[in-house]
Amino acid sequence: MKKGSVKWTRKDLLGIEELSPEEIRMVLEAAAKFREVLTRSIPKVPTLRGRTIANLFCEPSTRTRSSFELAAKRLSADTLSIAASSSSFLKGETLKDTARNIEAMKVDMIIMRHTCAGAPHFLSRCVDASVVNAGDGAHEHPTQALLDVFTLEETIGKLKGAKVSIIGDISHSRVARSNIWALTKLGAEVTVCGPKTLLPAEIEKMGVRVTTDITEAVKGADALNVLRIQLERQNRNLFPSIREYVRYYGINTELLGKYARKKIVIMHPGPINRGVELSQDVADSEFSVVLDQVTNGVAIRMAVLFLLLSKGKQSGE
Amino acid sequence: MSILIKNARIIDPSQKIDSKGSIYIEKGEIISCGGASKKKADTVIDAGGKIAAPGFIDMHAHLREPGREDQETIRSGLRAAVAGGFTTVCAMPNTDPPCDSQAHVKFLLEKAREAKMADLLPVGTITRRREGKEISEMGELKASGAPALSDDGSSVEDAELMRRAMEYASMLDLLIISHCEDKALAGKGVMREGYWSTVLGLEPIPAEAESTVVERDARLAELAGARLHIAHVSTEQSVDIIRAAKKRGVKITAEATPHHFSLHDRDLRTFDTNMKVNPPLGTEKDVKAVRQGLRDGTIDVIATDHAPHLESEKEKEFDYAPFGMIGFETALSLAVMNLVDSGILDWGQLIGKLTANPAAILKAGKGTLKEGSPADVVIIDPGKEWTYDKKQIRSASSNSPFVGKKMKASVTHVIRGGRPVYRNGQLV
Repeated sequence: MKKGSVKWTRKDLLGIEELSPEEIRMVLEAAAKFREVLTRSIPKVPTLRGRTIANLFCEPSTRTRSSFELAAKRLSADTLSIAASSSSFLKGETLKDTARNIEAMKVDMIIMRHTCAGAPHFLSRCVDASVVNAGDGAHEHPTQALLDVFTLEETIGKLKGAKVSIIGDISHSRVARSNIWALTKLGAEVTVCGPKTLLPAEIEKMGVRVTTDITEAVKGADALNVLRIQLERQNRNLFPSIREYVRYYGINTELLGKYARKKIVIMHPGPINRGVELSQDVADSEFSVVLDQVTNGVAIRMAVLFLLLSKGKQSGE
Repeated sequence: MSILIKNARIIDPSQKIDSKGSIYIEKGEIISCGGASKKKADTVIDAGGKIAAPGFIDMHAHLREPGREDQETIRSGLRAAVAGGFTTVCAMPNTDPPCDSQAHVKFLLEKAREAKMADLLPVGTITRRREGKEISEMGELKASGAPALSDDGSSVEDAELMRRAMEYASMLDLLIISHCEDKALAGKGVMREGYWSTVLGLEPIPAEAESTVVERDARLAELAGARLHIAHVSTEQSVDIIRAAKKRGVKITAEATPHHFSLHDRDLRTFDTNMKVNPPLGTEKDVKAVRQGLRDGTIDVIATDHAPHLESEKEKEFDYAPFGMIGFETALSLAVMNLVDSGILDWGQLIGKLTANPAAILKAGKGTLKEGSPADVVIIDPGKEWTYDKKQIRSASSNSPFVGKKMKASVTHVIRGGRPVYRNGQLV
């Protein structure tokens, strides 16, 4: 960690786009320290004792929500979880009112996942508490990208010049967007691949190579980040059938055997549609670092909570 | 009552005038315009070199009454219009109920009379109840005072219906104002498709959602021999189509809103819902093309598309907020800052887009300072710097992304029908 020169000054984490490479590094370095904490017999530090962190999830989630909750608890913070489906949202309470009511209970941070892009930005204008974006529509999922680059760097050693291909429904993917920012800021070469109907306009201007040919995306790649295909998109004429999608974009051992580098790394943000974007074999293979991603996710989120709530203090106990 | 405006820089594109002089008004009419005047008047206004022009005409505004008087009323809307220099406002018919009958037209005219502010021109619907299924009783609408028809808010989806509506309207010499939008292509989109919609992860609306319908309507107008006016042009593609149609001799005109020549898609980075508009803010190429269209005459008119919404309606997640922003009180300033200051239009051309051109398209005897015309006059301080303060907004709503921003050029006096209605920041 650079001594004294770079300080974390943000109170919110809304996306990767606005982060500098140095800020990303700060998170990764803090995460490495916190991952060590997770291996102890008492995997807890008192860093955020007395702070209260609220999870406001307006969209279903297994991984992200549990991961944030655990991260907060490991830092000794008090946690509060609100699921939209069982809250006053159903009574028509607005996001603004919900957030301010939560804040009125003296909460220090709100972690929100929402179906709408820009919801955390709106939230940060409504409350003084710190806001963490746990996924806003198709816009960004910053902690996912951070844990992805953390895992990748650990596995292949160096991100600068690394070739990473992101495969799947890029148009609707916040994971893709956040990863593109994080990877390009750290010097990796990114390729996005999917059917043309699932590639958004002018995405090459984000600094990525674009292809609709899966073999091109796999050839020469150090890692594949395979996105979940949302089966309900089929109804909107974005692709004709799951069968065809699997045939042309599914990652299986045959495809990897023919085109992939020997030590290719397979990543997936989860949840996996087994037999669709990843074959059963590939999902459970030695190439897959999916479970490492999950473990690292807790450490990354501890790093984020720590940095946001203790701005300026550099050392993590 | 008589009014003498002296020492003004009179800019009246309808008479091709841009020169110093005075204007004498009596009994609601312009008696003389230009030159020095020694006439005695009840009220004397020394313009001190400021610009005197015909009162502006807004071809596109939503006054929300009847139905959403919480957002705006005819009274509050016409007051806000005057504060922006507009002495005539076309009220769009997507109210609840929509304006598709003589009773409704007369209601609007009566409310406007009571307000004693800007004049109101009611726009009737193209289709009955604005449902897009049957043509409205256009003869009756015209007879009761509507100069134009529009289903604004929607396109007429059925092309055959649009053709027949244009034919019937042209027989009555009624203008058709078309909101061009293919709802299927637009889908659930909330911003213009391009690099920025990709970066922001907001559902995109391709330019083709607008342009394919502009092309369709231009061809149908050509077939029907009708007069067609394209509302809120926002894309390069549409500008190109209109330019080509004009070349072919189609009786087509077009308008652009201040937000479509002042703001870009990238301005949505803050997810400010006050910038959520339909059609959405353009890409860099679109805005350039709209400005060029204004410059070369492809776009004839600047119209506000003033669209009030409550704070509680706009203070939401971007996807859930309604489309639209208010515009009366910032139109002039935005035009000066974005078109005049950058040399795209000179003052004469700008005033033409707000006066002579809309008047000609609407066939209203306004937008001019010719002797004998109704005395609708605005005095403008072209260099005045001011801040758009929320507390000063006359509209009942405040949904504008320009609140708190520095503006340049302001209206100092407005005279409507020979009566002063606005003077030095106060409505009279």
